[in-house]
Amino acid sequence: MSLILGMIPMILMMVAPILICAIGGMISERSGVTNIALEGLLCFGGCSAAIAHKLFELAGVSHSLSIVVSLCIGSVIAGLISLIHAYTAIDLGADQTISGTGINLLANGATIFASQIFFKADRTKEFQMGMQTDRLGIYPTAYIAIAVVLLAWFVLYKLPYGMHLRACGEHPAAAESVGINVRRIRYQAVLVSGILGGLAGGCCVLTQTIQYTSNTINGKGFIALAAVSFGRWTPLGVTLASLLFGAAQAFSVIATNFGALRVLPSDFFNILPYVITLVALIFTSGKNYAPLDVGKPYTKGAS
Amino acid sequence: MQKSDRNQKDLALRLLESNGFISVLVVILGFLAGTILVLLVGRNPGNMYKAILQALSGYNMDNGKMNVRYVFETFNYAVPYILCGLSMGFAERVGLFNIGGEGQYIMGMTVAEVFALLGPQVPGLHWFACLVLATLAGALWGGVVGVLKAKYEVSEVVGTIMLNYTALYLSRIICLRLPGANTYKTANYPETATLFNSLFDKWTNHSMLNNGLFFMFFCVLLYWFVMEKTSLGYGMRATGFNREAARASGIPVTRSIALSMAIAGAFAGLAGGIVALGSFRYGRVISGMDNYGFDGIAVALVGNCHALGTMVAGYLFGLLKNAQPLMQSRNIPKEITFIIQGLIVVFIALRSGVVLIRQNLEKRRLAKEIASE
Repeated sequence: MSLILGMIPMILMMVAPILICAIGGMISERSGVTNIALEGLLCFGGCSAAIAHKLFELAGVSHSLSIVVSLCIGSVIAGLISLIHAYTAIDLGADQTISGTGINLLANGATIFASQIFFKADRTKEFQMGMQTDRLGIYPTAYIAIAVVLLAWFVLYKLPYGMHLRACGEHPAAAESVGINVRRIRYQAVLVSGILGGLAGGCCVLTQTIQYTSNTINGKGFIALAAVSFGRWTPLGVTLASLLFGAAQAFSVIATNFGALRVLPSDFFNILPYVITLVALIFTSGKNYAPLDVGKPYTKGAS
Repeated sequence: MQKSDRNQKDLALRLLESNGFISVLVVILGFLAGTILVLLVGRNPGNMYKAILQALSGYNMDNGKMNVRYVFETFNYAVPYILCGLSMGFAERVGLFNIGGEGQYIMGMTVAEVFALLGPQVPGLHWFACLVLATLAGALWGGVVGVLKAKYEVSEVVGTIMLNYTALYLSRIICLRLPGANTYKTANYPETATLFNSLFDKWTNHSMLNNGLFFMFFCVLLYWFVMEKTSLGYGMRATGFNREAARASGIPVTRSIALSMAIAGAFAGLAGGIVALGSFRYGRVISGMDNYGFDGIAVALVGNCHALGTMVAGYLFGLLKNAQPLMQSRNIPKEITFIIQGLIVVFIALRSGVVLIRQNLEKRRLAKEIASE
């Protein structure tokens, strides 16, 4: 039992970035824009935060200030990158899967390119100290994640703005007809998903590792994407799905501590999130929980 | 005067309508942006192009030496890109987005490795059987998504992404149990399983080019033939253009979708088998993805999903891949090639913007004509 209790901080550490990123993806999809670029946004955010934190460390900036500013830098950079996706998806009406894939490919190269320029290596230089845990052994990222979920729920379901945003994803023409600016809301939603993706990337790097490498993100963005589908596009569902997926990831790391689990290969737990999502999608087929208009470009005035 | 002006505008319009022209434009833009980036970080872009020239022709401008090996290494690198491009292209023609080339590739690779190490070592047949099984594994991995899409309306984008990572970890579970496996490789293959071609080896100054090349050419031909010349391909293209219309005219849409994903997967699976047996002497226990499957998306998009276009685009990507170490040794971070590839795909997404430009051009022309009358 104590072993399981002892795992909670670790699970929370794994869950936080996935959850933050998934909430961003959910907001973007609720507004009607598919964001397959979550993986790339995590990479951009994580890499920029790692570089910034190391540079501040070298410059002798105080630790806690450096953490906060690094997270902000990661969020801003990923937010800017997400604007590329917003522009192609919203203004040009491009295929959203293609521009998302483009950003993911770009992230692979750009992050390591930046490391080469800053540190002359294919990874960022190790920083001395990442985020610190509190007395319970929990990283602040868990609290950030909870705050993000609550805020997203409040804005989406309790404010008129949230209703407008959801309307843009369900029926943009109807939304436009009652005076909602679909273009502006979709831009804002994609920007928010970029900022949250960057924040999540920073949280991931500053808690789970000491440097950014090409393997740091390793599919967390795609897990977040799965969490959005599996969680049926609601804050509570996405939170539960992220918890499940994060726990599975944590298990793959610590499975060797449990005698009974040792018979299973540790990669077995890595597979779980993906297989669960696939099975869940089959069982929920027919009932469509996705926003009606997600992934379709909207042209003002056209039919 | 006015007439030639009109002709010029017509030419501009016609060029903008041609997909091939836009692909070339997009690639040039990608390289241009890459060059500017290299300049911005204070490196010499000339070195980047020297590396690309060496990968293209084998000629090293720095010491004036010639080595044909580089030319054929490029071909070898191009093979999986082209096959994964065909994979993406085949699904694209039915209106599906096969982002799962990576998973299908990994499954092909894994099955090829397993059969190479454990299968009966019959000379001349062993490697062929490995490739056939790899192709089938890829087809299965893609076909599952096709069936889910056709029967349960599971989004093929989410479905294939899930299967990519399932494949990655499944491959690790399997390969870690193969003979002689440690954390990153297995025992060496038996002679009968490799795609080694002694003639190629002699002619190309010991490049890694292997029998996989023939399979690639065969697949390009097959792709062209199925797409353009058979009723199967016609049904698939019709499904891609308008699913409801295709259904109404008696084309079995569900079968088309499932089958096209299976065939798409087969191409990627074959690519995995060829890389596993052609470019390595041992089985690999992978810890990350090779990205051939993902890059295949870009290859197909640049090649407009046509057989020849995909081949040219795949060659371009192979060229960049082969140029990577040559860039690194010339003080250019090799990741610039990934950036160029990523930018190319982003620019392709901008392609729909060209439609907007075209509409504007036409509108302006009409306005002018009306005003002049």
